[in-house]
Amino acid sequence: MPMGISARAGRDIVVSGTLSDAHTWNLVFLELLLRERGHRVTNLGSCVPDALLVAECRRRRPDLVVVSSVNGHGFQDGRRMISEIRGCVDLERTPVVIGGKLGIGGADDGSRETILRAAGFNRVFEEGATGLPEFLDYLESLESEVLL
Amino acid sequence: MTGFGSFVAASAASGMLVVQPRMGMGDPARMRKGLLATRSAAATTVGTITLDSYTRLGETGAARRALTAGEELNGYPITVHPPGTTRGMLAGVMDDGFPVQVRHGSALPEAIFALLPALGLHASEGGPVSYCLPYSRTPLREAVRSWRRCCELLVAARDGSRAAAEPHMETFGGCMLGQLCPPGLLVAISVLEALFFRQAGLRCLSLSYAQQANAGQDAEALAALGRLAGELLTGTDWHIVLYAYMGVFPQSPGGAQLLLDEAARLAVRSGAARLVVKTTSEAHRIPTVAENVLALETAAAVADHERRAPPGGRATADTGVYAEARALVDAVLGLSPDVGEALVAAFAKGYLDIPYCLHPDNAGRTGSRLDADGRLHWSSVGSMPIRPEPAGRGTSIGSAELLDALSYVRRTFDERAFDLSAVSRPPFRGFGEPPSRVPLPDNQQDGAPLP
Ligand code: B12
Repeated sequence: MPMGISARAGRDIVVSGTLSDAHTWNLVFLELLLRERGHRVTNLGSCVPDALLVAECRRRRPDLVVVSSVNGHGFQDGRRMISEIRGCVDLERTPVVIGGKLGIGGADDGSRETILRAAGFNRVFEEGATGLPEFLDYLESLESEVLL
Repeated sequence: MTGFGSFVAASAASGMLVVQPRMGMGDPARMRKGLLATRSAAATTVGTITLDSYTRLGETGAARRALTAGEELNGYPITVHPPGTTRGMLAGVMDDGFPVQVRHGSALPEAIFALLPALGLHASEGGPVSYCLPYSRTPLREAVRSWRRCCELLVAARDGSRAAAEPHMETFGGCMLGQLCPPGLLVAISVLEALFFRQAGLRCLSLSYAQQANAGQDAEALAALGRLAGELLTGTDWHIVLYAYMGVFPQSPGGAQLLLDEAARLAVRSGAARLVVKTTSEAHRIPTVAENVLALETAAAVADHERRAPPGGRATADTGVYAEARALVDAVLGLSPDVGEALVAAFAKGYLDIPYCLHPDNAGRTGSRLDADGRLHWSSVGSMPIRPEPAGRGTSIGSAELLDALSYVRRTFDERAFDLSAVSRPPFRGFGEPPSRVPLPDNQQDGAPLP
């Protein structure tokens, strides 16, 4: 086993859809991907109200929150969601990332990513821009970080 | 009798396949242009108003804020625009020769249905199962209650006015989760939702089925759906509506077009009266009006060609789809004389159990797989009252295996398109990059004819 990744770096991760997004294949896929890498995953499913996500994060204190949206409202839902999360002192520094298809007009030209990061997301992985390989790199960086 | 159902029936009687887009824009002016372009397309069409995701979930505040801020919505917020605005949007567009259907994906749609009669709209789609499990976290029992009241609203509008068109309701049950649901279960849910509508007083219905990954299996499923509807839906007018593939779509325009062509041929061969199309931008973003018009017109042309073709040789093989669907329907109906109650009980017992569905009221003990020909099989039937398949191996699956199954149709049709064009194209390097932003200039987006 290469350096025993799962034993060393298994993290508590919350996977979540957004308020308006009903798609679930993305969530099922991300859950499987993260579990295979040795992480403990709570999948909140689709159509997640902001308050539910915040409550679950406060309760579980996850090492990472992965938000996924593909219905085209992710840019709006994401900004609202992250301001609720960052507005909560317990969650000011929790790593939160978002990805999928975040608008209705195709790949991001970079402007959505800038705004979403400014709003408080640690990283943005939009299909066609920064995708799964970058996400896996990011995960690896979290995995090798020593938890204090 | 006028209305959506009779328009489709009349078209079918004259040998025309009705084609329909999935279309919805936030802005009423653009919505109107989209409907006008659908109406004037070179095809027998009906119009669609697809509602946005906020409106679907009753989040009118979020929809209103998006509109005010000039942000993009993925559909038409019918409960936010004043009724007068929607009536104006439809004036001179919708009439007996161009009925319009409201498509919404809402588990609790009372606010939407309450509006429809005053807007002159009488056709919608969905169902207590198919608009709940894949679309919400709402308990199934609440969705059943809400959908019953919605049917009552439509029936009251019909019975309250001599001039009212016959309300039309389409089941979305033949489409559960878009992909990887074996056809026996799709057919059963479509029929059960139609029975729910009939029990609630509706008498003009359509039953949906979504193209899956093997044309032979789809033909068998459509035949099974028609047979079951004929046996069970006495006392109603009904037709079958086929959806072009509802799962992960080919990325190349050529692959997407080949898949759409296959859907149009399947519709004609299997006697469906209506086809809901997708476009070549399905894998990437919300389509433009021009792309929708192109999809409607090519589907109509392919259907026309198929109708003139000599009847095909291959008979539809019986691999047991009808028997499976019939067993599921009978078992569910045996749970209660009230179809809504029967559906709630069936999910609680796991008699109906949708593979990969995360909804809390879905038992989640079934699994499915695709064989090398794209036929769907059960890998686990959980507690459903049907025969397990010999090759079943349980529900566990890895992320790569899941993506592989989800991409079977994409891969097959992208490769087919590549093979067809291999002579004239540079070597295949994969479809890594999706096309950039909306490629058409503004005037074309709004329905101007393509060059
Ligand atoms: C299946 C499907 C459905 C099913 C979903 C069933 C379910 N419960 O999941 C049904 C039929 C119910 C459905 C409904 C709707 N859908 Co839909 N659907 C699709 C479809 C065909 C496939 C999606 C899929 O299964 N993908 C498989 C999964 C595994 O991959 P993925 O979601 O694409 O995600 C990949 C990446 O984006 C990435 N990823 C995703 N999230 C994240 C997050 C992170 C952090 C990272 C790193 C990566 C990542 O990982 C995945 C693997 O590569 C797509 C179009 C397509 N792709 O072909 C449209 C699509 C996503 N749907 C769309 C829309 C708009 C809707 C509706 C609003 C209806 C409508 N107006 O058409 C409703 C949703 C209602 C709501 N409240 O949200 C649009 C979104 C438009 C846009 N963003 O521009 C699409 C693109 C179709 C289109 N072209 O119009 N849909």
